[in-house]
Amino acid sequence: MALVLPRGSTAAHPPSLHPAYTSTVLRAPQQPLVLVPHTLTELTGPVYGHGKVRDSDADLTAQHAGEPLGERIIVSGRVLDEDGRPVPNALVELWQANSAGRYVHVRDQHPAPLDPNFTGAGRYLTAEDGRYRFTTVRPGAYPWRNHHNAWRPAHIHFSVFGPTFLSRLVTQMYFPGDPLFPYDPIFNGIPDAKARERLIARFDLETTQPEWALGYQFDIVLRGREATPTEEPHEH
Amino acid sequence: MSTDSAGGRPEGISPSQTVGPFFHYGLTPGKAYSHVPVSVDGQVAEPGTPGEKIVLTGRVIDGAGEPVPDAMLEIWQADADGRYAHPNDGRARQSNSFMGFGRSDTDAQGTYRFVTVRPGRVPGPGGGEQAPHILVAVFGRGMLKQLFTRVYFEDEASNAEDPILALVPEARRGTLIARKNGHTFTLDIRLQGEGETVFFDV
Repeated sequence: MALVLPRGSTAAHPPSLHPAYTSTVLRAPQQPLVLVPHTLTELTGPVYGHGKVRDSDADLTAQHAGEPLGERIIVSGRVLDEDGRPVPNALVELWQANSAGRYVHVRDQHPAPLDPNFTGAGRYLTAEDGRYRFTTVRPGAYPWRNHHNAWRPAHIHFSVFGPTFLSRLVTQMYFPGDPLFPYDPIFNGIPDAKARERLIARFDLETTQPEWALGYQFDIVLRGREATPTEEPHEH
Repeated sequence: MSTDSAGGRPEGISPSQTVGPFFHYGLTPGKAYSHVPVSVDGQVAEPGTPGEKIVLTGRVIDGAGEPVPDAMLEIWQADADGRYAHPNDGRARQSNSFMGFGRSDTDAQGTYRFVTVRPGRVPGPGGGEQAPHILVAVFGRGMLKQLFTRVYFEDEASNAEDPILALVPEARRGTLIARKNGHTFTLDIRLQGEGETVFFDV
């Protein structure tokens, strides 16, 4: 294989152990990770779901008999690799709380109302230019028990597959100007301020549909591949 | 967002975030969430898939020895002939319907489960071959980024010459080797502490 994925870019990720997010304390490995070369195993990855994605999966406001409550929004953006190349045909999966900050999940017992017209899950296959587009409602903030008076900023979960198993990414999209940012240990688990900002969507009047929905732009950048073919690394 | 609409090089990758405790209806809806389109699940191989049918199962355990009921595993593997269903594998067959990808959540006991086929050997570094293995990504509440590990098979003689296993300290190799019982292979994933699973920097 001439394909090589850069390793340095992964420094943008949070460390596994971030004690302010208390659930990491018993779930972060204590032993050092073992550095391995990229083999055909890592440099390939799933191409799936294409036959199962329906156009209607991208409109979370149209999955039930009635309209969900809350502020209707359009979230659009591109899936790119770190060299700026669009990633076409990428499966983007999304899930979120409803406008009251309640997940439809069986284990979410937070006393905010469930919305019978909102499940909060969708999927999309990116176009040739890497673009995706969802219609949904703005999720609410919600309390969690990490520490006293802990509230999560409003966010939407994203799951994306790039061209290899190493570019697999699960992340969250946040909304600009959220006053809860300084208090959220999950968001602040990302050490670099600029990297954190990459998870904040941009309000975009162009994406907004008059009389219908506000618009946000959110690009997702996956680990890329080096442009120049090189020999397979053997750093052990 | 830092990229401009005309393209250009982004400032860096999007950082990883936890799937949280409530990912199930988005990623592993099963039958519990009827309005979500059916996703992939632990059924990796169909009845007609060539090769030895196996079940891969085990538990995800935290540093206190407790099961992790809100984790998710994704696996990626070659088919029985050691070929990946992907354009980067020039040996892949167009006609093979086996995709080699599966996703399983953990239950209240921390148990994951895949029904798949035993993979063949695949090319390794330097023109050699790797022992049969399955690549695993572990996600979960309390995990800000996924962990990568591998599953090997205890009855494989070629484990002794596998170039990736050789990079793992000998005393820890056992954490990657699934125990065999008929056609069921069992391997627990220990996130932390005694018997901690080997995770890879990839």
